[in-house]
Order: sequence, then structure tokens, then C-alpha cells
Amino acid sequence: MPEIRVTPLGAGQDVGRSCILVSIAGKNVMLDCGMHMGFNDDRRFPDFSYITQNGRLTDFLDCVIISHFHLDHCGALPYFSEMVGYDGPIYMTHPTQAICPILLEDYRKIAVDKKGEANFFTSQMIKDCMKKVVAVHLHQTVQVDDELEIKAYYAGHVLGAAMFQIKVGSESVVYTGDYNMTPDRHLGAAWIDKCRPNLLITESTYATTIRDSKRCRERDFLKKVHETVERGGKVLIPVFALGRAQELCILLETFWERMNLKVPIYFSTGLTEKANHYYKLFITWTNQKIRKTFVQRNMFEFKHIKAFDRAFADNPGPMVVFATPGMLHAGQSLQIFRKWAGNEKNMVIMPGYCVQGTVGHKILSGQRKLEMEGRQVLEVKMQVEYMSFSAHADAKGIMQLVGQAEPESVLLVHGEAKKMEFLKQKIEQEFRVNCYMPANGETVTLPTSPSIPVGISLGLLKQEMAQAGLLPEAKKPRLLHGTLIMKDSNLRLVSSEQALKELGLAEHQLRFTCRVHLHDTRKEQETAMRVHSHLKSILKDHCVQHLPDGSVTVESILIQAAAHSEDPGTKVLLVSWTYQDEELGSYLTSLLKKGLPQAPS
Amino acid sequence: MAAHLKKRVYEEFTKVVQQQEEIATKKLRLTKPSKSAALHIDLCKATSPADALQYLLQFARKPVEAESVEGVVRILLEHYYKENDPSVRLKIASLLGLLSKTEGFSPDCIMDDAVNILQNEKSHQVLAQLLDTLLAIGTKLPENQAIQMRLVDVACKHLTDTSHGVRNKCLQLLGNLGSLEKSVTKDTEGLAARDVQKIVGDYFSDQDPRVRTAAIKAMLQLHERGLKLHQTIYNQACKLLSDDYEQVRSAAVQLIWVVSQLYPESIVPIPSSNEEIRLIDDAFGKICHMVSDGSWVVRVQAAKLLGSMEQVSSHFLEQTLDKKLMSDLRRKRTAHERAKELYSSGEFSSGRKWGDDAPKEEVDTGAVNLIESGACGAFVHGLEDEMYEVRIAAVEALCMLAQSSPSFAEKCLDFLVDMFNDEIEEVRLQSIHTMRKISNNITLREDQLDTVLAVLEDSSRDIREALHELLCCTNVSTKEGIHLALVELLKNLTKYPTDRDSIWKCLKFLGSRHPTLVLPLVPELLSTHPFFDTAEPDMDDPAYIAVLVLIFNAAKMCPTMPALFSDHTFRHYAYLRDSLSHLVPALRLPGRKLVSSTVYPNIVPHEDPSQQFLQQSLERVYSLQHLDPQGAQELLELTIRDLQRLGELQSELAGVADFSAAYLRCQLLLIKALQEKLWNVAAPLYLKQSDLASAAAKQIMEETYKMEFMYSGVENKQVVIIHHMRLQAKALQLIVTARTTRGVDPLFGMCEKFLQEVDFFQRCFIADLPHLQDSFVDKLLDLMPRLMTSKPAEVVKILQTTLRQSTLLHLPLPEQIDKASATIIEPAGESDNPLRFTSGLVVALDVDATLEHVQDPQSTVKVQVLYPDGQAQMIHPKPADFRNPGPGRHRLITQVYLSHTAWTEPCQVEVRLLLAYNSNARIPKSSWIEGGEVSPQVETSIEGTIPFSKPVKVYIMPKPARR
Repeated sequence: MPEIRVTPLGAGQDVGRSCILVSIAGKNVMLDCGMHMGFNDDRRFPDFSYITQNGRLTDFLDCVIISHFHLDHCGALPYFSEMVGYDGPIYMTHPTQAICPILLEDYRKIAVDKKGEANFFTSQMIKDCMKKVVAVHLHQTVQVDDELEIKAYYAGHVLGAAMFQIKVGSESVVYTGDYNMTPDRHLGAAWIDKCRPNLLITESTYATTIRDSKRCRERDFLKKVHETVERGGKVLIPVFALGRAQELCILLETFWERMNLKVPIYFSTGLTEKANHYYKLFITWTNQKIRKTFVQRNMFEFKHIKAFDRAFADNPGPMVVFATPGMLHAGQSLQIFRKWAGNEKNMVIMPGYCVQGTVGHKILSGQRKLEMEGRQVLEVKMQVEYMSFSAHADAKGIMQLVGQAEPESVLLVHGEAKKMEFLKQKIEQEFRVNCYMPANGETVTLPTSPSIPVGISLGLLKQEMAQAGLLPEAKKPRLLHGTLIMKDSNLRLVSSEQALKELGLAEHQLRFTCRVHLHDTRKEQETAMRVHSHLKSILKDHCVQHLPDGSVTVESILIQAAAHSEDPGTKVLLVSWTYQDEELGSYLTSLLKKGLPQAPS
Repeated sequence: MAAHLKKRVYEEFTKVVQQQEEIATKKLRLTKPSKSAALHIDLCKATSPADALQYLLQFARKPVEAESVEGVVRILLEHYYKENDPSVRLKIASLLGLLSKTEGFSPDCIMDDAVNILQNEKSHQVLAQLLDTLLAIGTKLPENQAIQMRLVDVACKHLTDTSHGVRNKCLQLLGNLGSLEKSVTKDTEGLAARDVQKIVGDYFSDQDPRVRTAAIKAMLQLHERGLKLHQTIYNQACKLLSDDYEQVRSAAVQLIWVVSQLYPESIVPIPSSNEEIRLIDDAFGKICHMVSDGSWVVRVQAAKLLGSMEQVSSHFLEQTLDKKLMSDLRRKRTAHERAKELYSSGEFSSGRKWGDDAPKEEVDTGAVNLIESGACGAFVHGLEDEMYEVRIAAVEALCMLAQSSPSFAEKCLDFLVDMFNDEIEEVRLQSIHTMRKISNNITLREDQLDTVLAVLEDSSRDIREALHELLCCTNVSTKEGIHLALVELLKNLTKYPTDRDSIWKCLKFLGSRHPTLVLPLVPELLSTHPFFDTAEPDMDDPAYIAVLVLIFNAAKMCPTMPALFSDHTFRHYAYLRDSLSHLVPALRLPGRKLVSSTVYPNIVPHEDPSQQFLQQSLERVYSLQHLDPQGAQELLELTIRDLQRLGELQSELAGVADFSAAYLRCQLLLIKALQEKLWNVAAPLYLKQSDLASAAAKQIMEETYKMEFMYSGVENKQVVIIHHMRLQAKALQLIVTARTTRGVDPLFGMCEKFLQEVDFFQRCFIADLPHLQDSFVDKLLDLMPRLMTSKPAEVVKILQTTLRQSTLLHLPLPEQIDKASATIIEPAGESDNPLRFTSGLVVALDVDATLEHVQDPQSTVKVQVLYPDGQAQMIHPKPADFRNPGPGRHRLITQVYLSHTAWTEPCQVEVRLLLAYNSNARIPKSSWIEGGEVSPQVETSIEGTIPFSKPVKVYIMPKPARR
């Protein structure tokens, strides 16, 4: 029995360390290869020893697919390919390929240079790893080998995020990665066609949330920034360099443009400039507005947003500054925060979630006095705002995607178990499909019934069409006589004559004969006559003949009447037909077995 | 002798014309046989199919006259039978279709042949093309039932074809020609009228999506032609909504909409439950569901159709805006709800704390329905869509639904306000317009107003102006709201001073709509103090004027307000009332005499005295013939003056007054011209003074053109009178020329022309002639036979006497008449800095003008640039340059390109707007076809122009090019 097996090595009932193994029709594919942000030990990378204890992974995996550049989806890639050892192809989209090494390098720097970890992958490893990458375009069908093909769909979420369809023969799996069903200021909405996969593996970060419209949040954000700036205050927006930062930049940039504002906006330099450069290049991956207007002006060529310099923080007058990192735990954003915190005119806007223990989390939970290093106490007088700009699909969006793709079953990953439970129940209830939510290391096995393509000879098809004609409902199942030939793993349906010819076989006649006992005292001839008239009255569409030798033929079926050797009152009807006339023959026998109608005689 | 001679001249003249025509028709006849013959020869010559195809393609480039079509068709058919190559047959088939569309050719004769060849045709493509041809034939003969029936029969036969193209065409044919009545009984001829609906409906489940689409389209076509679709189709169509192909889904949505409009009240069961709902509600729910379809084409279609489903019950309607929010399985309130709550609880800050939007109550997991079958949140999704096309469609639909349901209008407000921040300007603009349209049903909350007002800083002028327009008709609930609006408007004014007029106008309406809310704000706004005198504000400050406009307009409805004014306010009132009378209403001020005490809207009697006055003075004039010429002149002058003044005072009567005054002026000019001494003296002596008469004639002509084209609402009744006046002017011109020119020769032509004009007038206004009793034309037509035969001198004499005897015709006044006017806002013409550019190159000059009461400005309004050297240039603005901010008003924002050779010093060019007209366009078309000898002009051609704006001077300086 063919089956699809799915084993999450990471992201099973969990967020982070996305890594899912899929076996489909004998092919093994690894989806994503991420790291976990919550751990600093071995648990931060997926357990690749699950695949093989010793030996290279290349022999066990046909390909690796990376959905987007977030580290929880690609962070373990150099470790996996260079340190564990994998030489097969790694597929990702062009923007992911471009931005991924930047983030990996950044991650490496923090781990090695800042935290001083040993046995971590090196820059060279990142480079070597990226050499194994094959970039794909949207909607491009890539043949990994003769049978395995993959295809990318737009997923929103971040620049270059994609959903992947993995297909072998008629069996297919769709992996969504992270996706967003509502468009934002710089990216469009995820979209998939009705590909009807056997299995849809979807993220479920917001399995139990239905979100409010994006516009309200945007408007609130802009209003707050605008009001503060008008009051002469300074606005600090701590962000991570990639993803949301660009969205907020576009948002502010267009707002500044629209409202004709002159207040400076700064962006802390470094990583961002490089990233912005890629955003400028991959215009086709952005949303409708940016795509349509880039001929006049590339929206990522910011007019109002300039590079930040450390000295600017002390400048008088209003300004808006985007600074990294996003949780205010270190770096430039924290420095600026310390400078500005004392003035109630200023404002800090946290655009995302903050981990416990960071300054960001403290101020969000309402703490007004912060203890800094060296026993300093910093009093926070500035306003603190929280704005959620998340780019994952909410429950409705997930359902929408499931509806669009029409899968046979659904598998949930990248979410919390409790929340998944709810969504699972909903999916089963509303789409009447099976839904799974394996934990890490747990294997889900799905039996599939793959359709097997069979070639049919044109002659046979035409013959059939001439017989039955073409009906409007051509998709209905129809009965067809022919011979199935299996040769070198391909199947053909041909007419029996052709099959005989091809295989060099002689035709054997197969005849069925059947005796029917009839109670009839009359002579054989008369019985034959009666049979003839009886059949003629019933089988109006068929040619019923009475032959001179006393036998009756119905088409090619022969009926002979003879007296019973022992009992003269009983006549034996000999019915004989060929294999081809099986249907009619058996009908005739059953008809004759019922006996003849009483002759009027 | 002379008379005889003249007659001959006329005879000869007409003869010539006829001859020319004859030659022309002969030419046509000569070409006819050659055309089909040439084709025949060509086709015979063709050695290969490719050759033949080339010939056919060449042939298809030229038009064929109606008479020769049949011959050509025969030849084509002949070749068709012989031809083996399908591509050539295809081309012939398509040519047959084209030819059968020829005007004036009745294609029933080729019908038999077409059906015939159809039966023998094997190629699917050719079959499809032939069916297309049959469709062309069928649509050409909508009356012929037998043919239609036969065609439908043919189509039904080929419906089982294996090619989708053929099936497609068959369905198209059925849709266009299928008989509309269901077969009552079997037809006598055996060609039973089939139940087309059933046949077409069967193909909803065809295997080919293109055929499915064609079947739905055919069904829609049947509906359009008046066939009542069965309700059973509804279920079939619903199944198609989940089709794999977008074009099928898109068409199915349309079909569902159609059925829902046909049977809104019938009851359909809800699957998997025992409940039943109205069909319109069910359809609404289904279409709402399509708003989140995978294909944006379908989404646009669905969103558009939602707007026109007005019968839907309010319960369903309100669901479209509802999206149950939850977070971690706990119910969460939307930001809108929170804002509303905050507002009602009196607080005014939101989202300051993290977790401010923290979810409250637990949600029952079983009750949460993630993909509702109903309309839930359809608009929420539509307005958030990725494609702006969908968003615009959704906004439009919201607008339409809100107009029909006030409660829905109130609900959708939050969403519309949100759309003001869309990233695409078009969407923003559309939502502002929508809001304006539904503003009667709504009152803005303070927080909503806040968001609306934030858009005032938008850098796009269109957006700002649309917003001003919106504020003009919004209801604000509190005095803080008014204050906020004023503050934001003033901010806008400082940021974009060019918006001055628009803002003042906006404040005018804001004031007059909310007098009671403005009242408590007055002391603050005027910064008066109970004890101290404050400094007198600067009278020229636009912001101060803005405040005053608001207050004065509010004071009009609130008599207690003037008591709060300080002295200088009264002075400023007097000044503004005079200088900006359109913005500042007349007030009843304590201790002051009113400028016009009658103009107080509350006590205006039903029968407006000024209206009465107008009527009386006009009636007085129409009794004119009883006075002596001197008295008549005086009376006319007096009345014209009265009317002009009246027009200035009463803006609502300005159109009528001006119109009448113009007419009277014409009459006055005519009388004056006829009073000239010139007529009494021998012609040669008065050469110089005749200037006055001919000038009068010219001026009358001009005035009549103005009357005809510059006023909107002019009806046929008036046009007759105007044309009549013009005819008189032409007569006058003729007489004057006859007097002043020596020799008879040029007069022949003029007389002839004039008589043609009379004839033309008679033909055009034949229906109105009975009203023109005793008039100039009436008399003239009586004398027509005599005029035709008499020589010019005599004609002139007759004309002169008739003109003198003619009476002033009563000009019936139309219901509503408005004078077209235009004001150029930009360029302002005040700049001392010349616009410098290199000679030979062009410079773009931004022109911004408002047009009032101009009908069809896209084709009539032109921009004229007059250079100092007298050179004039006329620019046709693009249709897209015109905006329509309100009924009867247009806005022209365009760029005019100037260029000139180098000048030595800067000089001024004049820019003005012209109203182009073409008097022939107004006349009913049929008269042209009747009188074939008058060469039909191109209708859109411009006959003349009327300047209708004040010219603006622009300082420019073309510099010589540097080498």
C-alpha cells in the first residue's frame, strides 16, 4: 500500500526549529532546516541523527527545501550541510537565497563572537552551504529527479517566502512554510491554486486567533507617530533588521509623502542597508502597489528615511528612528532608549513581541523604573506603545488556504499543541478531511491511493466512441472492453486483437455451453420453434433466427434442442456462446431457465 | 427680362448640382461589377491555398457596398465548395459573416447556403466560424421567426460536437437567437420551438470549462433578451461556484445574481439543517463567500454585484461587516468597538498600554465557525484585499448598500473611514466620495471625525478637495467636533494656501448646518473677552476670514449669536458681505438696517416677489408693439437694466434674468438698427454710418450663439426663438450689404444663401411653426414663392418691410436655466516672474479652472492661448483632465504647452477658456438625411467658439537657444 510518511524533527506542536521529513512515493524530502531560539544547547538544532546514525545524509534525502529566510526556518542549514554532511540540492527562492546568508552570518557572529561558542559553523561553511542552493522562481516546476518535482507558490509573510508543492506522480504534498493571507504594505497575500494535494502541511501560529483589520492598526500607528512628532517629540521604533522593519518603513515613507511632512526619519545602518538593497531588487515579490509604481519610483528607495548616525540622537527637534534590535535588550536601540526615556514628549513603539527579561518586556508590562547595569535607575517618562504587526495567517486565513487548496488531509505544524487541537477539530468538522498534529519525532502515515495512468490506443477509443457516442457528462465512469498490457513499467489499454498481434499469440476461442432442461413433451423441432418465437418476442433489438437445421441463433449464440436421453418428456436446450457474448449468453440462459410460456395450442 | 434671366441662373445652378451627383452615382456603379469580378479572377488565379488566402485578406481590407454584397457572396460560396484547404474555407466563412453584417443587405438569401455547407463541413474550426456567420445572419434578421428556429435547430444538432469551439458557438447562437416563449404546443412545421433554457442548462456540466462558461453566458444572454429564467437554475449555478476555473466561477456569480433578482422572495432550504431562508439572502451569502475567492477577477465581480442586492435582509447585510475576533479562543473586541466604547465612556486614549486590547470572555469552541457559509465579514475581507480593483469594487458596493439602508450606513462608517488611509490614492478618493454620498444617513463620532480630518494634510489636491466636499455635507455631533474640524481646516489652509476657496466654502456649509454647535464656540473663536477689548484681527488673513465665514453662516440660523460679536466684527461683516457675498449670507443684525430685509429664508413667501417682478417686467416688454419705437427702445433698455441687476442680486434667478436680458438686448439692437437713418437716404451716401447696423447684426448673431450654447436647460421651444432671432439678424445683414455694396453680382449668392437658410429653418422647426404666428418667418414663408422668383433688389426690399413689421416673439422661459461660467484659478496672473524657457522648446503651464453648468465639457471646453503677436492657439484638453466634483460643476486641471520663437523681453500671453459649439449638432438628425443635398458635416466639428472666462495673463519669456 503506497503511503506518505511525515515526521517533524522540529516545529511539531512547537514554534521554532522548523524541520519536517516527508517520504512520498519512495522519495525523502526535508522541509526547512531551522534553529530554535529558546535553546542554546544541542536542542537548538533538529536531531539529524534520526535520519541516519552514521554516514552522509545525502544518501537518505533527495532534496531539502527552505521556505523563507527566517532563522527558525533556515538557521541550521550550514550545520546540517557542512557539519553533519549533506551534498544534495537545497531549494529556495531567489530572495531567500540572497538574504539567507546575511542572516546566517549575523547569527554566527552573535553566537561565536558575542557568546563565545566553540564548535559552531564558520563563515566559510555558510558560503559552502549556499553553493549547494538551487534557486527557484514562483510557479516554476523544478524536476529534482525524474519523478520528484517541486513548485513554489507565493506566501506573503516576508520577502521571498514561498509555499512548496512536492509532487511524485499523482501524489503530492504542499508545505506552506509561514504565510500570510492578508496583504500588507509591502507584500501581497499568499495564494495557491486548487492543486488538491494528498496532504497539506500548514503552519498554525495563530490557530485560535481571528485578527482585526490591519488598517486600524496601521492608522493607530501612524496617528501616534504623527501626533508625537507634531508635539516635537522623538519616536523610537526598535525593530529587527528584516521583514517588519521594511513594512514599517514603507508605511512611514508613504505617510510622510502623503502628508508632506519634513521631520527626519532615520534607520540604524549596517545589516539593513544590504537588506534594503535586496528589497529594491526583488520588486516582483512585493505587493501590487509597489510593483505598479516602481517604474516611476522604487518604493524602497526611501526619500525621507536616512541612515542614522550615533550623533543624531542628541539633535534637538522631532525625529523618528528605527533601531535594532527589536527587544531593546542591547545595541543601538537600547542606547537611544536611555537617552530619550526621560522626556515625556518622546515615545517608543514596540512593533512586536518581546521575550521576558528584556527591557522591552519590562516597559511593556508597565514598569516605569528600570534598573540598568551599574545600579543605575532609569526612570521611563516617555510614552510606551505596543503595536502588533505580525505576518502570519490567522485561523480564518488558514481555513481559507485549506479551502483554496482542497487537500485530502491536513497536518498542522509550527504552533502550540493546545491551539492546534482547536483548529484540528474545526478543520475536520468543516472540510471533513483528516487532520493530524504530530509532535516532534512522531510519524504520521497516510495511506494513499495513487492513480495509475494508463495509455489507451486511439483505435480502441474511436471504436468505443462510435459505439456509444459522445455524451455531455464525459467524466462519468464507463465500461470498456480491452486488454491491459504491462510492459517496462508502463501500462497500455489496447483492443484484444492488437494485443494478440503485439504479443504474437494465437487467439483462443472460449465457448461457454450450458444445458437447460425444459419440460416439453413435444418434438424437438416444435420446441425449437417455440423457443424461437419466445425469444423473438422478448429480444426485440436482437437478431433472432431459426436455422433450417432446427437450431436457433441469437446474434452469435446458438441454441439447439434435443430430447433427453432418459426422460422423453424433457427437452434439453443446449446454449452455447463465445466469451465475447458472455453478457447476452448468461441473460439468455437465465431467461430459458424460467421456462417457456405456455403455448396457446 | 431681369426676372427671366435670374430664373435661368437659378435653373442652371440647380442643374449643375444634379449633374455632379449623377456622376458620383455612376462612378459607384462602375466599380461594382469590377469588385466581385476581380475577386473571382483572383481566386481563380490562386494556385495554392496560401495565395488564395492572401487574396482574401486583401479583399477583406476594403469595404463592399450593399448592392454588390450578394454577388461577392455567391463567388465566395462557389469557391468555398471547391476549396480543400480548411484555412481558406475558414477565411471565406468569416468573410461571409462580415459581409452579412453590411448595412442594407438582407442576408436571408445566403442562409440556405450557409446551413448547407455547414452540414458537409468536417473541420471543427471552420464549423465554429460558420456558426459564427450564422449568428451574424440571425442577429441581422431578428424578425424572421422561421430562420431563427432553423438556426436554433442547427445549433442544437452541433451541440454534441467534440470540439469545444463548435459547442461554444452553438451555445452562443442559442443564447442570442433561442426563442423566448416556451413551446406552448408542438409547432405545426415540426420545428418545435425547443426549450432553449433546458438545453443550455445541460451544458453547465460540460467537461470543457470554456463550454461551461459559454453556457452560462448564453443563459445570461437569454435573460437579457427577456426570457424568464427558471428558479431551478439557481441550484445548478450554485454548484458552479466551486468550479476549478475562474471564468466559470465569475460567470456563475453573475447568473446567481440574476436569479436572485428574479426570485428574491422565494424560499430555499439551508443544506444540513431544516431551516429555510429567502433566496436573495442565500444568494447574498454565496456571493459574499466569493469575495474571498482565489481569483481576483471573481472577487471583483462578486464585490461589484453585492452592491446591487438591495432587497437583502438587514440581518445578513450587517453580517458582512462583522468578523468575530478572538485571541487564544477568547472573544476580542474589534478596534472599532473599542473606539466606540472609549468614546461613550468619555475617555479618549487608546492602546497606550500593552494588552489594552486583551481578550476578555472565553469563546465556546463549538460555536466558533471559521468559514461561515453566510456573509460574515465579506466586506471586511473585500476592503483588505490585495488588489485595489477589489477594494474599489467593495467600496462602491458599500456605498450603494449604505444609500439604501441607513442603519447599514451607520455601521459601515468605521470601515469607510479606515479606507481613507489606503495606500492607493484612487481608493482613498473613492471612499471619500462614497462617504459624501451617504452623509445624509450618518453622524460622525468625534474619533471618526478625527481620522477623517487627518487626511486633510494629504498632499494630493484631489483628496483634500474631496474631503472639503465631504465636510460640507457631514453632520457633526458635538461642538468639540466643530472646533476640531475648524482647527484642522485652518492647519490645512496654512499648509496649502491654494485651498483657500475650497476651505471657505466648506466652512460656510459647516456653519449653516450646525448653528447651535457653533454658538458656544463664538467667544473663543473671535477671541473676545468679557472685560477687555482685544486687538482687531487682520482683515486680510485668510484664516480669520475662514473663521468669520463659519460664524456668519451659523449666525444666519441663530439670531442670538450677533449679540456676542464685537464692534469690529460688524465692520468686518459689512466688508465681507460685499466682497465675498457668495460666502457670507445676509444677517439680521441688531441696530442695523438690513441690506435687503426680504432675503430671509424662513419668511420667504412661496411666491417669490423677485420672480414675480421678473415675470411682470417681461410681460411688459412683450406688449411692446403698441408703443412707438422711441418708447419701445426706452422700455427695453430699462428692462434690460432691471434684469441685469436682478440677476446680480438673486443668484437663483441669475440664469433666467441673463437669458432674458440677452434676448431683449438682441431685440433692442434690432430695433436700433432699423431706426437708423440709413434706410431713408439713398444708399451711396451712408456708407460710413452703416457700420452701426452691420455691427448690430453681428452682435445679435453672437448673442444668439451665446444664448443657444452657454445656457444649460435650454429646450427646443427656446431654440426656435433663438434661431428665429438669428434669421432676423441674417436678414438685417443682407439688407445692410445690399445697401452698401454696389453692383448686383455678390448679392445673388447672398440671397440664395439666405433663402436656403429660411428653407432650412422651416424644415428643422416645422413642428414649431404654428407658434410663430405673425412673426418674421411666418410672413417670410408666406412670401416665399415670390421671393424665389424675384431678383435680389426686390428680395431685399421685401425683407426690409417684413423685418420692420415683425413683432417681438414671446420667449418662453424654461424651468431651470443656468449660464455656463468658468473661472481660471491657476495661473493667477499675478506673477511678475516671467516663465523662462528656451525658444523652440515647450513649457508646460498648469491650468486649473472651475466650470459651472457646462454640459459635456469634455468635448466643448477648449483652452485658448493668445500670443502678443496675435497668434492664437487652441488646445483641446484630454477627457481625463476633467473632474466632476458635484452636479453641474466640473473642474479642469490640465497642462498647456506653450512655445514660441525667441523674444527680446518677457511679454504676456493671454489664456482663456472657450466653449466650442456646433449649431448643427443640436438639430435632429433625420432632417439631414431627408435633405440629402446639404452636405452632411462631421457632427463633432467645431463651428465656432464663445469665450466664457475672463482671460488671464501669463508672463513668459522664450529665451534664444544657446549655441
